Amino acid sequence: MSTTSDRLDGIPAAEVADVELYHPRSWITKYVFSQDAKIIGIQYALTATAIGLVALALSWLMRLQLGFPGVFDFITPAEYYQFITMHGMIMVVYLLTALFLGGFGNYLIPLMIGARDMVFPYVNMLSYWIYLVAVLVLAASFFAPGGPTGAGWTLYPPQAILSGTPGGQDWGILLMLLSLMLFIIGFTMGGLNYVVTVLQARARGMTLMRMPLTVWGIFTATVMALLAFPALFVSCVMMMLDRLLGTSFFMPALVEMGQRLNHDGGSPLLFQHLFWFFGHPEVYIVALPAFGIVSDLISTHARRNIFGYRQMVWAIVIIGALSFVVWAHHMYVSGMNPYFGFFFATTTLVIAVPTAIKVYNWLLTLWRGDIHLTVPMLFALAFIVTFVNGGLTGLFLGNVVVDVPLSDTMFVVAHFHMVMGVAPIFVIFGAIYHWYPKITGRMLNEAMGRIHFWVSFLGAYLIFFPMHYIGLLGVPRRYHEIGETAFVPASAHTLNAFISVMALIVGAAQILFLFNLAWSIRRGRPAGGNPWNATSLEWQTPETPPPHGNWGRDLPVVYRWAYDYSVPGAARDFIPQNQPPARAAE
Amino acid sequence: MLVAIALALVAIGSVVFHVMSPWWWTPIASNWGYIDDTLIVTFWITGIAFTAIVLFLAYCVLRFRNRPGHRAEHEPENKRLEWWLTIGTTIGVAALLAPGLIVWHRFITVPPEATEIEIVGQQWQWSFRLPGRDGRLGAVSVRLIGPDNPLGIDPADPAGQDDVIVEGGELRLPIGRPVKVLLRAVDVLHNFYVPEFRAKMDMVPGQVTFFWFTPTRTGAFEAVCAELCGLGHAVMRGRVVVVEESEYHAWLERQPTFAPRLAAAQ
Amino acid sequence: MSAIILYIAVIGTIAAWWLSRQRLMAKPWLEVGVAGEAPGTGASEIPPAKLGLWVFLAVVGALLTLFVSAYLMRMHMSHDWRPLPTPWMLWFNTVLLALSSFGLHRAQVAARIGWRQGIEVGLIAGGLAALAFLAGQYLAWQQVMAEGFGVATNPSSSFFYLITAVHGLHLLGGLVALGRTTYRASRGAGLAQLRLSVELCATYWHFLLVAWIALFGLLLHG
Repeated sequence: MSTTSDRLDGIPAAEVADVELYHPRSWITKYVFSQDAKIIGIQYALTATAIGLVALALSWLMRLQLGFPGVFDFITPAEYYQFITMHGMIMVVYLLTALFLGGFGNYLIPLMIGARDMVFPYVNMLSYWIYLVAVLVLAASFFAPGGPTGAGWTLYPPQAILSGTPGGQDWGILLMLLSLMLFIIGFTMGGLNYVVTVLQARARGMTLMRMPLTVWGIFTATVMALLAFPALFVSCVMMMLDRLLGTSFFMPALVEMGQRLNHDGGSPLLFQHLFWFFGHPEVYIVALPAFGIVSDLISTHARRNIFGYRQMVWAIVIIGALSFVVWAHHMYVSGMNPYFGFFFATTTLVIAVPTAIKVYNWLLTLWRGDIHLTVPMLFALAFIVTFVNGGLTGLFLGNVVVDVPLSDTMFVVAHFHMVMGVAPIFVIFGAIYHWYPKITGRMLNEAMGRIHFWVSFLGAYLIFFPMHYIGLLGVPRRYHEIGETAFVPASAHTLNAFISVMALIVGAAQILFLFNLAWSIRRGRPAGGNPWNATSLEWQTPETPPPHGNWGRDLPVVYRWAYDYSVPGAARDFIPQNQPPARAAE
Repeated sequence: MLVAIALALVAIGSVVFHVMSPWWWTPIASNWGYIDDTLIVTFWITGIAFTAIVLFLAYCVLRFRNRPGHRAEHEPENKRLEWWLTIGTTIGVAALLAPGLIVWHRFITVPPEATEIEIVGQQWQWSFRLPGRDGRLGAVSVRLIGPDNPLGIDPADPAGQDDVIVEGGELRLPIGRPVKVLLRAVDVLHNFYVPEFRAKMDMVPGQVTFFWFTPTRTGAFEAVCAELCGLGHAVMRGRVVVVEESEYHAWLERQPTFAPRLAAAQ
Repeated sequence: MSAIILYIAVIGTIAAWWLSRQRLMAKPWLEVGVAGEAPGTGASEIPPAKLGLWVFLAVVGALLTLFVSAYLMRMHMSHDWRPLPTPWMLWFNTVLLALSSFGLHRAQVAARIGWRQGIEVGLIAGGLAALAFLAGQYLAWQQVMAEGFGVATNPSSSFFYLITAVHGLHLLGGLVALGRTTYRASRGAGLAQLRLSVELCATYWHFLLVAWIALFGLLLHG
């Protein structure tokens, strides 16, 4: 802790808030309508996990149908399409985005930069409650007449709002659009907080280049999300008007089932441009926090400074900027002007360079490190393997002409599950094993953690690696049944059944993880304040779990970057960020 | 130890799986062998990168795992190493991109001698339109679609009178002749995909899209829909039969054309 | 999508300019101690609410620019676009919104010199002019409707209703904040706090005025 004498100079007045403010009066304001970013973060995480479990169960149903067609006849084609749509949308938006930004962002940003809380706690609270309403509206569509929408998570018009698609002319699509709009409003409230808190409330001495990469990742992703989500909002509003008021933003003149509809002149491609203008940055909105967090996990558990910190920061910023000019690589075979292909293939492959640099730096951090194979480290290793695999298959799909035979096949499904499903989820697991002791004061059970790791890592790899080859055959995605198809050999059906069995096993392993989370709250080994001997500020709080206000009487003062591990000459193999220089040798 | 072995197994196992896999792309039946070649190049470059990275990871875990007395080395960065890695990656990426863009240029440059044919998607079947003796397709409009005129051909356009319409049946094509496939949809997005031809493009209601290819092998090929189009997406199948040129013309002669068909209906 | 790409480029330039002053080339492992904090690289000194508003305006700007992008693309992607007869009311409304903005500007000036009555007059005048603007927009809708352009008649009219509605809703949201500020001003709130609230309202109003002029220009162009 710093001395109090140098505390006031240079600290903006707003930051030296009265500590007395941080004592909520009742249980309700402490745990339900809480304005404490840490509680809000946990609320976000629990809600995201709950709806994520629904999406997991949906994936089981889909895999049952795909692996054993005809056996489970209670899954009709309509339901199958509803399952894939809800699974995709929940996982991408309501789970991954909400968990990384709303969950980890809220919990970690103030702690890691040495602030007492987010700068707008009330708006932050509203953000969570609007998110919850968005989730409830989404869940309500399961019970609405006609069921949820089955338009695929991309919601492409015209089919999304026509009767040939489940929920197209019922409530399903409307509830989906409404829920997304609410989500975006809620997210914007939270996002303003994350950005301004990082700009505004950093502790004294916490320059940008001393921030842990976790904060860099979440900060950059939030800036991107604030600029990208409006594109989804615009497409939702316009599609809603097409559906409800009969406008023709996206709807061309068309004949549906022999009936000429009243729309005219609209452009389905306009929707796709808007959707992917959001959709591609969205991939990095999920990936950048994962990059940041995994950097910190690797550095901490390998007891070595992150290798090439500056390049890591630059890469995050460059990837964030470039991700706004690659969106149409999702549209190579959409019928857009084919000459766009040259531009977007080039930008897409250029983005591979900074991404590769990040991978090298993770490897070089491990190299000559002192690798503790803790559960967080295991998941970080699994992240590297799956992310590299999924990233490299991205070079197939991003390279315009190679994408032509592969687009809309199972290859694409395998690719994005590996790169933005499995890989970020592994980071989330690693992060939970890593920060759970700070959140609860107790360690997660190690044995259960290791079982969870092995089943999840090997199982997920066995699901998605072979799936690429089904795509190579030419099997399209979004088929509820492949059926008798000339170019699909019988062995592919066997492989499909194998994938389904693996999916069930990996899904079941997650139940063990949830059990571990609940069990360890009371039974876990007491962790102490800094069980991993980590340097970053969140591990230096006076109390664990940190109370509202985080820092007790005095805000921390930062004297060094977040990666002083194994510094030559230092007594221990880590020096906390708030340790003054003179005391480093003690 | 166990972790290092598992990582090495993942790397080696993936390569073995790739080599042994009975699941591979279909034997090609069009001129787009270039796409296959680009794919092979991509497999080589990415495969080497993947194996190298994961094996190096396994090595690090084995060599630098925590042992008593072992301490990590403090090394914030190594500019030279980073430069070499960046340059190496850039070369690898360029080696992927350059052939990709060259082949893409071929893919979107239709040879002038290509015959235009049309495939129309609707929920959930395919229709085909082939030019008659004049070698040209007539004008179309969605507004003209009706029970007698399922593809919306303009009755006033002389070029359309001898157009051959195949509804829900199979498409026949002569071998060795480049075709420019015009794609239309009357309701939602569709995508006519024959894996053996490699080429595909979405059909978008309200506009006409295209791709081109030259069939290089006779035989019957199954076509699937490769863009989600509603409940019947998975059962929206079609057939393309590639035949010798003489056989094709004999078949074409026997097909009903637009004008008499419309007259009969009225 | 050129409008939104241009917008992102402008935001990106601002971000790059700011980052360029944050010593991103520094080697943090060599700089131990508080002395490592060079001028301008610490936490920002701008009040959080002000910074928050600017970030929010950047988001609203992106939203409106995306509507502009969609408008331009829809106009050029198809041949069914019919120009909308511009209701004369819109010119009048533009003047009203400018007056409203001017009222808030006066309130801000009054707050700066600590003239309480001036604050209240400015806020109330600005608020009333904004309400008049909204009423005027409604009348403009009726004029367009009377010309035979319903919501679904033509994309030009669909966009007209959509864009004016989005802009109007943002103004409505601003009026809530303005109402709160006026209420607090009338209850004699502290001048420092009032000064910030009035400034935030004024900034938001000027932004919405500029946005409206841009959107109006777009509607005239179509």
